[in-house]
Amino acid sequence: MKSLLNTALGLTIGVTGASIAMADGHTELTIAIVNNGHMINMQSVAEAYTEETGVALNWVSLEEGVLREQVTSDTATGGGQYDIINIGMQEAPIWGAAGWIEPLEFGAEYDVDDMLPAMRNGLSHEGTLYAAPFYGESSMVMYRKDLTDAAGVEIADNDSWDNIQAAAAAIHDPDNGVYGVCLRGKPGWGDNMAFVTTVVNSFGGAWFDADYRPTLDSDEWNAAINFYVDLLGTYGPPGSEGNSFNEILALYNEGRCGMWIDATIAASFLEVDGVAYAQSPNAGNPVGANWLWAWAMAVPAGSPNYEAAMDFIEWATSKEYIQAVANHPDFGWGSVPTGTRASTYAYEEFQAAAPFAAAEMAAIESAAPEATDLKPYVGVQFAAIPEFPEVGTAVAQEIAAALSGAKSVDEALEAAQAAADAIMSEAGYY
Amino acid sequence: MATVTQSTKFGNFMWPVVAWGVALIFFFPIFWLVFTSFKTDQDAVNPEFLWRFTPTLENYTNMTDNYDYWKFATNSVITSVFATLFALVVGVPAAYAMAFNPSRHTKDILMWMLSTKMLPAAAVLYPMTFLTKNMLGIYDTHFLVIVVLCLVNLPIVIWMLFTYFKEIPKEIIEAGKMDGVSTWGEIKDILIPLAWGGIASTALLTFIFCWNEAYWTVRLTTFNASTLSTLIEGNRAPEGLFFGRLSAVSTAAIAPIVILGWFCQKQLVAGLTFGAVK
Repeated sequence: MKSLLNTALGLTIGVTGASIAMADGHTELTIAIVNNGHMINMQSVAEAYTEETGVALNWVSLEEGVLREQVTSDTATGGGQYDIINIGMQEAPIWGAAGWIEPLEFGAEYDVDDMLPAMRNGLSHEGTLYAAPFYGESSMVMYRKDLTDAAGVEIADNDSWDNIQAAAAAIHDPDNGVYGVCLRGKPGWGDNMAFVTTVVNSFGGAWFDADYRPTLDSDEWNAAINFYVDLLGTYGPPGSEGNSFNEILALYNEGRCGMWIDATIAASFLEVDGVAYAQSPNAGNPVGANWLWAWAMAVPAGSPNYEAAMDFIEWATSKEYIQAVANHPDFGWGSVPTGTRASTYAYEEFQAAAPFAAAEMAAIESAAPEATDLKPYVGVQFAAIPEFPEVGTAVAQEIAAALSGAKSVDEALEAAQAAADAIMSEAGYY
Repeated sequence: MATVTQSTKFGNFMWPVVAWGVALIFFFPIFWLVFTSFKTDQDAVNPEFLWRFTPTLENYTNMTDNYDYWKFATNSVITSVFATLFALVVGVPAAYAMAFNPSRHTKDILMWMLSTKMLPAAAVLYPMTFLTKNMLGIYDTHFLVIVVLCLVNLPIVIWMLFTYFKEIPKEIIEAGKMDGVSTWGEIKDILIPLAWGGIASTALLTFIFCWNEAYWTVRLTTFNASTLSTLIEGNRAPEGLFFGRLSAVSTAAIAPIVILGWFCQKQLVAGLTFGAVK
């Protein structure tokens, strides 16, 4: 028994020592990435980067929620575990302001002006860029042209919500398993609230007033949520309160959705024929009717390898990287990361490989993350403040309750306002 | 009499059918996981290919091409084996003391140990990160994962062993004492041989819990000590249906533990029902 214990202790200490002693000699970069197709492809494309520079790359691929938790706790405790992190548009300006991530400065050959302005603004704080976009998206309408043609209805760019509802009614055929419209209903600040916020924006509403008091008890929120619940409850698939991007993608590919309003990235996953695209609808206010999001690369303030990390980010978000993916034997133009650079959309090969390219570009260009007279915060479908995930999640639960019929819209909004008010007040905004 | 014979015959026929039915329901998710792992991501979500499809190994090659499966698997083996060993090294003497030399606080201590399982792990994530990374410098090491897995499972280990040890007549231990056997001798020569079945099943269950633990193993590691739980997390995607890929990773992650469970099922069942029939 004693010898067994000694062996066990010896082995553990040995293994621990081995893992601590790994990092020496050549430069190693540890990169935390969100698991999506573009990021996974990057691991293969970057083999050429390692060959050329000798910099070894350690990839840590995580699911979005876990990545956010992992990277936040690391960065908040001074960093040091990662040299490069994937963060979203919600975090970039906040973390930049807090000094958790380094400002990014690129050389002239990087062509920072080629970056889509909406992306650049959304990832900056007071004019300083803190994260370089690797892939970006907006939202738009994706619909089945065969169904709208058969029903004799048309969906236009920036259509009115009334027309969208009329079109959904015309193509709604639940007896044959086809629903007029599929929309996010699953509670979560990045799930149902991403879409719901764009509806509220288009009704002229916002999350907070100039003093950062929640405005969920406003007429605009009430009208928007009543419309959303009515539209999805009447013409959506049953159980919509459990649907987010992936669930609807599966429904759409099964031919069960006549129309879907969601992330532009969805277009590259659609496998049904005859998909047509239109810019997001609105109820009189087009600003904020389509969202804006990017997964971007940043350098935590604690990274001891700042120079090497900057070199890698410069390569991974450059025009040359787009070319490298397009020319890679395993990928091609259909796999290049979109939504970041204007030059990507100018390639004829890309336009041919991605029929949604023009609609996606128009959606991203029209998205407006800046603060306006209507709202004091940066962000379209979120507010770039640290408290937003908590507020958004609390409100998301109430909206899902209204959608499922567990609460009336008035009751849900009243509870949502109370929850949001408590969080903001406790955070010291007023 | 005829009714009794008929009902016995009916029972002889029905109970196996019910047992098989329940077993199939429990087994179906595993079957579907393995089945889906041989489909492409496109086929996995296409109802047209629900049952008939062209099998592919591309999801398994992806696992070794894009991810270092063997590194994750080795880390899982190292951390689970040592965490289980350490939990037993601490748990056996602790359970022995409480089972054979109880004090008036023994019940309170047992309840307190169980209550530590009631604290939500997320509540201590930030302090744990700060403590292990900034103060102790052991973040992302096998040592940390082993210690955490051991501590997380210790209450269950002690509770299980305590229950098994309570079944052993106190007189046997006392007889040993009267023969002049030391405490260590009592544990080594009397207790362990008598409770071997219970200790083995506790070890197996603890190993399974360690292998499947996902909260801390994902959050207290980055690259060097990541286990198979991290590999699974890394294949979940909120935007995109990669069910073929995820199924292959999950199959490869659970395969070693399923095989181990299969070989040790006799010990597991024997241990779990230890003392149940008297």
